[in-house]
Parts: sequence; structure tokens; C-alpha cells
Amino acid sequence: MQFGILVNEGPYNHQASDSAYQFVKAALGKGHKIFRVFFYYDGVNNANKLTEPPSDDRNITKRWSELGKAHGLDLVVCVAAALRRGIKDEVLADGFRISGLGQLIEAGVHSDRLIVFGD
Amino acid sequence: MSTDENSSGVVKKFMYVNRKAPYGTIYALEVLEMVLISAAFDQDVHLAFVDDGVYQIKKGQDTKGVEMKNFSPTYRALDGYDIEKLYVEKESLDERGIAASDLMVPVEIIDRAAMTALIDSMDVVLSG
Repeated sequence: MQFGILVNEGPYNHQASDSAYQFVKAALGKGHKIFRVFFYYDGVNNANKLTEPPSDDRNITKRWSELGKAHGLDLVVCVAAALRRGIKDEVLADGFRISGLGQLIEAGVHSDRLIVFGD
Repeated sequence: MSTDENSSGVVKKFMYVNRKAPYGTIYALEVLEMVLISAAFDQDVHLAFVDDGVYQIKKGQDTKGVEMKNFSPTYRALDGYDIEKLYVEKESLDERGIAASDLMVPVEIIDRAAMTALIDSMDVVLSG
């Protein structure tokens, strides 16, 4: 099956990004495809490379970058939501790209299921 | 499966489920941004208003006191984008003492069971 993933909440403050990450990893492990992971609302903060959690905790941004690199994931941050929150190319972590909301609609159109992580 | 941008001709039923009051969080505003884009992509767009989401389309919004942008005129502009499928849950209105005449746009008022069935019939459901 081909999944589209939408992450609607920021890292650490909310479990949405952790759950999405675990879901994507599990789905890939079962041989499913991930069409795209789209970050919206405060979810855009997951792409901020300046985040620096304590060393004994998971690094959510780095983890997404690594998973993206390992599996060629398309990690897309919404430009409008990102600009509101100060997420620009200067602070964008490896493997993420900034693009428009059309990328989310496209993920909805082309995926068998669009899975939303957030409240 | 095609990955061509907006050229596949696939039209899916998108539903945006609005559940939150308009100004306490940013969800209502950013849902509207998604709604407008999906119309530009020629998708079959539906909006649902449930729980505190019904306050989003209440008439007479005045945001001066909270110094936030009053984005409610956007709901009245939706028909200009051919977005006319707006559904409001009756129980949510009743629980809050809101009448149909308090709403700023034409909507279809349906009960909770009908709303459940409607959401179930959609291809893509996004909420905020």
C-alpha cells in the first residue's frame, strides 16, 4: 500500500511526530511505500536543524533526516506555515524541503491512505 | 501510480473537519489555507463543522480585543472557489445555543449519525 503522512504538531511538545516516525518505519519494514511526509501547522518545527535536545533523549529532527536519507523519503515542509514560524532554508535540516500546500493535496490524491498525526 | 503534479485527473472526496474555536488556536485559519489549495487542485471539497468548530462560522466576529486577524470573511468567499458543500452538526449547534440564523454562510445542518456516515464516505479526511 502507498501511504501519505501528515504531521501536524511540533517535536517533543506532542507525540504526533514520534508516532508518525514509528508508523513510517513500521510501514517501510512491511514493504509499504511512503509517497510523502508533509509537515503542517507546528509540525514544520520538526525540520529545524537548530533543535538540540539533551543527549540522553531522541533527536527527532535528526531521526527524520536519517530515515529520509536511508529510504529516499520526500520530507516536505509547508512554506506558508514555515514562514510564520521562522522555518527557512537557513535552518532546514538535511533531507527536508520547503514547498507549497499543493504537495499535501497531491499526497492525498496519489496515496491509498493519507494518515494524519496530530490532535 | 502517477506522481504527476495535478495532471492525473484524479478527483477525490476531501473533507476538512473543523472542530476548534476560531481564535484560541491557529487550526481554523490554517485549515482554510488547505481548503483553498484543494479547490485549486480541482478536488471535491467538503467542510464539516462540529464541536467548537461551529463558532468559526458564527456571524458578527470581532477580533479587535484579541488583536488577531478576523479571517471569517474568507468563509463567505468560499462559494467563489466552488466550495459549497458545508455541513454543520446539529447537536454541536444545540449544545452551544447557536441557531441556524446565527451562521454567516449557507450550510446543511445534519445530525451526528448523518455526519458520521458522511465522513465515512470520504476519501481523504483532514481535521483541525
